[in-house]
Amino acid sequence: MTFWITQLLNGVSFGMLLFLLAAGLSLIYGLMRILNLAHGSYYLLGAYVGLTVVRYTESFVYAAVAGTAVVTVLGILMERFFLRRFPKQALPQALLTFGFLFIIADLALWIWGGNPQTLPKPQVFAASIWVGNIVFPSYRLFVIAVGIIVGLGLWWLQEGTRLGAMIRAGVDDEEMARGTGVNVSLLSTAVFGLGAFLAALGGIMGGPFVGVYPGADFEILLLAFVVVIIGGLGSLKGAFFGGLLVGLLDNFGKALFPELALFTIFAPMAIILAVRPTGLFGRL
Amino acid sequence: MKTRILAIALAAAILLIVPTVLSAYQLSLLVKMLIFAIFAMSLDLILGFAGLPSLGHAAYFGAAAYTVSLLALRVVNNFWIDFPAGLLMAVGVSALFGLLALRTHESYFLMITLALAQVLWGIAFGWRSLTGGDDGLPGVPRPNLGLPWSLADRIPFYYFVLIFFALALVLLWIIAHSPFGRVLVGIRENEVRMKVLGYNVWLYKYVAFILAGLFAGLAGNLFAYYNGFVSPSYLSVLFSASGLLMVILGGAGTLFGPALGAGVIVYLENVISVYTERWLMILGVIYVLVTLFAPRGLVGLLRERFGSRLA
Amino acid sequence: MNALAVEGLTKDFGGLRAVDRVTLSASAGERLAIIGPNGAGKTTFFNLITGILPPSSGRISFFGRDVTRFSIHRRAQLGLARTFQITALFPHLTVVESALLAVQASDSVRFTLHRPATAYPHLMDRADALLQQWGLLDRRNVQTLHLSYGEQRQVELVLALAGTPKVLLLDEPTAGLSPAETASVSTMIRRLSREITILLIEHDMDVAFDLVDRVMVLFQGRILAQGTKEEIRKNPEVMEIYLGTDHA
Repeated sequence: MTFWITQLLNGVSFGMLLFLLAAGLSLIYGLMRILNLAHGSYYLLGAYVGLTVVRYTESFVYAAVAGTAVVTVLGILMERFFLRRFPKQALPQALLTFGFLFIIADLALWIWGGNPQTLPKPQVFAASIWVGNIVFPSYRLFVIAVGIIVGLGLWWLQEGTRLGAMIRAGVDDEEMARGTGVNVSLLSTAVFGLGAFLAALGGIMGGPFVGVYPGADFEILLLAFVVVIIGGLGSLKGAFFGGLLVGLLDNFGKALFPELALFTIFAPMAIILAVRPTGLFGRL
Repeated sequence: MKTRILAIALAAAILLIVPTVLSAYQLSLLVKMLIFAIFAMSLDLILGFAGLPSLGHAAYFGAAAYTVSLLALRVVNNFWIDFPAGLLMAVGVSALFGLLALRTHESYFLMITLALAQVLWGIAFGWRSLTGGDDGLPGVPRPNLGLPWSLADRIPFYYFVLIFFALALVLLWIIAHSPFGRVLVGIRENEVRMKVLGYNVWLYKYVAFILAGLFAGLAGNLFAYYNGFVSPSYLSVLFSASGLLMVILGGAGTLFGPALGAGVIVYLENVISVYTERWLMILGVIYVLVTLFAPRGLVGLLRERFGSRLA
Repeated sequence: MNALAVEGLTKDFGGLRAVDRVTLSASAGERLAIIGPNGAGKTTFFNLITGILPPSSGRISFFGRDVTRFSIHRRAQLGLARTFQITALFPHLTVVESALLAVQASDSVRFTLHRPATAYPHLMDRADALLQQWGLLDRRNVQTLHLSYGEQRQVELVLALAGTPKVLLLDEPTAGLSPAETASVSTMIRRLSREITILLIEHDMDVAFDLVDRVMVLFQGRILAQGTKEEIRKNPEVMEIYLGTDHA
């Protein structure tokens, strides 16, 4: 029983990380039709920068701020100076982001080395909470809380604010949006930055339990892709529920059938592709 | 036209004579270039001609390489069984993956081909008892064809690979310039229009996908024999990405371009790896530079300089 | 038996009904114009007939055969062809390469992958003949993206006619053309064989009325009126929605 609850908790908290990544990926794709292959790199870089800051300042908060700030700036620069040149062209954008994926991966290897590391948990969440005779690491609960808060925040942004309306307008019809005075160019940069921010946040939040190591960028990118394939690219709901699903599947899969690794994720992905290729909530 | 025939004849002559002048190391490098050229050309068929951005082409290369290796090491070292089995595996995997991936377009297709290849990678990495996991499968023997020259010797092996390279080049060229190949180009240019004209677009894409898988498998087979060792890295995203770069760098949709691109990338990797460990970063930089400044690749640049007579 | 028959054809996009229970039929060889203001649903209607969009409800039949569930290419194989209002060509292909693709579509060699296309000279001959017929032969080696707008519209027509279609849907073939080009295209359409049934979406009523036998007026997705040219010209409702054009 404890086993199942622990795995459930682990799966959900990991799912929240995936949600953060998938949400960013979806937002960026939804508005700009860019599939950001460097998204996993943002995750990794955020975690590594956070790691360094925590070593020097002992503060998780500073680490989080620094990690997300650095990556957000990087994302904005990438969009402004590189991706902007190939509007709506899938292949050149894929190639560019691929290139950055490799550059960042190697840079990280060079700067931080090849040993797997973990981000230390913030002091306040170091302890566990006992409910009955089940132990809940409070940090994992914190991650879930952050995920839900971010989810609600993004939902409010999308549905309840002018900015969200502009994003939705830009997604539906860019020309019309421009015509009604929306600064699509600024909006694109802002959304890309937001996506990068979310990915870096995921990296920092995940640092304590997923770890920080070369290859984490590929792994998380792949899982994020599976999430958007299942949930639907461009859909916030899809990112959330898809993230939860994949997080749970990945966790239970690793715990119960370790040798079958990616198979537990492959099967639902294949089913979705066979039945509903645009994903559960996708419209694009 | 004459210029082109002359250039081809010259290249062929060079490739035939070259073992006599190259060192063992250089010849080995050339063999690697030829094998990867087959891989790149196979990807060009779907990427350059049909416009399908596959990011998981390593899957068929690796599947074949592993099949040949496993059979040769564990079951029976018989070329006439192992080699076709490798090809069959590549065709089988591409037939399966094609069914799934071709239900999607553009960005979804990109993601799915990547994800599917990663599944294979995960199996190779995780199923240690079968594949040796991260350690891979060493000691794959060269095939014994019953010829007076042993393929364990470098010069006979060179010609062995050269023959397959020439075969692949000719076959792919015919396919690309056949009525079928023309349809692929039309699909790349405007898929809906092709449907409205009456073409069963899905079927063309599917067949192209499988053919590309077949030739990638051919490259994988040869590589297993060449390298004597297979590991999950040949099913990895990095390898798929290298293939992609070879195609783009050389010039997508030209066949010769990707073959050239393969040669350049293999050469660069070898040279640069001597001086620095940062090959991955340099690869990334090449990616960015090529996309920004030479999107039509080397062949595209050559055409701009010398006109279309040469290429 | 009608060449083309449509029953209760409807298309909803979420809350918006773009095509509303349209029923019409065209007999073989007939020329039918579909007119109506912008946004009336004319192009959507064509998209439904060709299969580019699935209908929300209704039936489409082609020479008595129910094609409602058929794929785009299957309908095309049965003899349905169309041109697009927003030019949908092959940007990097030359005029002759585009024509070759169109000609090849109805040829048995289209699946051949083991012999180069040059082994089938009859394809090139047919393509060149088609270009000759439409006055594009001297532009044969020009890439589509380098053609003038008028020439591109001509290539649209060439592509649609290459497979000797039985039913031809023309979506604003003269849109954006100069008066001289419009006259030229009109002449070519008028010269088309009476074996082809033509549905013509046209914004310019002069051009449309010149070419057709019957007219259907579409407004907000519904058929507002159907009839002969005279009937439509005198129809007060039709004139009202067209207020602002020179035919009010």
